[in-house]
Amino acid sequence: MASATLTAPEQKAKPSLKVPAWVWALPPVTGLALVFLYPLALVVQQSVQPDTGGTSLQPYSDVFGSESFREALGTTVWLAVGATVGCLVLGFALALVIAFVPFPGGKAVAKFIDVFLSFPSFLITLSLLFIYGTKGMANGLWTDATGASGDGPFQFLTTPWGVLLAEITYFTPFVMRPLLAAFSQIDTAQLEVASSLGARPLRVVRKVILPEALPALAAGGSLVLVMCLNEFGIVLFTGAKDVTTLPMLVYSKAMLESDYPAACVVAVVNIAISVGLYGLYRVVSRRAGA
Amino acid sequence: MLVHSRKGEWATWAAFFVLFLPLFALPLLVIVAASFAGHWSGAFPSDLTGEHYSAATRGESLQALTTSLLTALGASLVALAAGTWAALAAARLKQRGDGTTRLSRLCGRTLDTLFMLPVAVPSVVVGLAVLVAFSKPPVILNGTSTIVVLAHAILVTAFAYQSVSAAILRLDPAYEQAAASLGARPAYVLWRVKLPLLLPSLTAAAGLCFALSMGELSATMMLYPPDWTPLPVRIYAATDRGATFTGAALAVVLMAATLLVLFAVSRIRTRASYR
Repeated sequence: MASATLTAPEQKAKPSLKVPAWVWALPPVTGLALVFLYPLALVVQQSVQPDTGGTSLQPYSDVFGSESFREALGTTVWLAVGATVGCLVLGFALALVIAFVPFPGGKAVAKFIDVFLSFPSFLITLSLLFIYGTKGMANGLWTDATGASGDGPFQFLTTPWGVLLAEITYFTPFVMRPLLAAFSQIDTAQLEVASSLGARPLRVVRKVILPEALPALAAGGSLVLVMCLNEFGIVLFTGAKDVTTLPMLVYSKAMLESDYPAACVVAVVNIAISVGLYGLYRVVSRRAGA
Repeated sequence: MLVHSRKGEWATWAAFFVLFLPLFALPLLVIVAASFAGHWSGAFPSDLTGEHYSAATRGESLQALTTSLLTALGASLVALAAGTWAALAAARLKQRGDGTTRLSRLCGRTLDTLFMLPVAVPSVVVGLAVLVAFSKPPVILNGTSTIVVLAHAILVTAFAYQSVSAAILRLDPAYEQAAASLGARPAYVLWRVKLPLLLPSLTAAAGLCFALSMGELSATMMLYPPDWTPLPVRIYAATDRGATFTGAALAVVLMAATLLVLFAVSRIRTRASYR
């Protein structure tokens, strides 16, 4: 206050309407609250208000007790963890080659990965239908080669393995991008020194490159984990009745069964898992400086 | 650098392409091939035809493309405006220097968290939440195109916010300080100095938002009214009833439209960065 009165003459000399910074933050926050936070709050509210009226935790005990929910929860978690591990291993190996065993056209490959990221996920499942579907390419090649009649050996597409393959394919570029950025920071002289001292390539990767890449791996991995937990398009396009994940369960409860309280309960569980993990991702990526 | 023998290099590259081509290049090629196929029951498509494209570019399918383009345009404009505004406000709150308190920095970080939250919440749940909230008074949007655009805008705002925030951090504060020291008002500094400097990142963010909205399926499946069917929903409908080749042609149309817009945006961006 005292300083305000002291600087008052100066203010008069150059009159300007000074609005505090937080006022500028109000309009976007209000907008977000109205179209996003309020709807989310309503979902939480509806999850504790069954159709019969009143407030109870009955919908939760109903949903937690049901076989389909527990199965969906299990499938979602193992698929997400499996896909994340797959993406990390594959993404690390591929990024390693692009960065440290450079070949002509490596830039084009990196560009291709960027383009790949801008396509929707369900395209992968769609194309897997043509490659590994019952009447697809792989089975066609097999029957042509062996002359066997009937269906080919590739029938995994409608099982969780098909979803796993699609998720690994789609999400690996999300791991590769931060990794390539991290690899470009590594001083190649370090690698030269290590190998001139007699270290084998595998040892260089383990002792020099991996420690440098660890933050990027952690950040990319946790992002992919969250995205896999939330993935819907891939599972929907697979069209398999026995592969149900949490987002799929939300969709089928709400749209096919019109059971909104149950859909809201599943939604709340899904939000809790994903937001929790996302918080972890933010912490990890801030540490990584990404 | 890592592999020193010529033989080892070739082996590494061979392994790379054995993994890379079937996993990443093949899927996109296969979709393009399938979109021309009249028949596909062996190793390769047969009876090549352009019929699926003529089906994919007329009637309801053409309408779906327009719907998708309009939705993506609307959603990315809203997201860009809201995201940029919020990012600028957050940057000002977090700014170090005179008059910023710990409280205001905390507010800035809260803004970060709030605007990044839609990334973490599953898109299906965003769709459900919007459906639940706007199917009853005071605002009923259920069954309108607005609800689809709104949901898309919510989902992509986070990405606009993220990329604009990152760009503001990289901005050299000397320019705005110089302008302000020459007597420019804050609004003038924002309009004539800050926004033009941010223009390359703004167009990049717009392209990202557009691409994401073009391919959005999860929230849309919860919300779309019959007269506002975006392209991804149409692709799903075609595939679901067994018309996979038509689905593939529609998917190629979707990819081409997305790439065209991204390319146009990147042209604007190079022009902007040369100024």
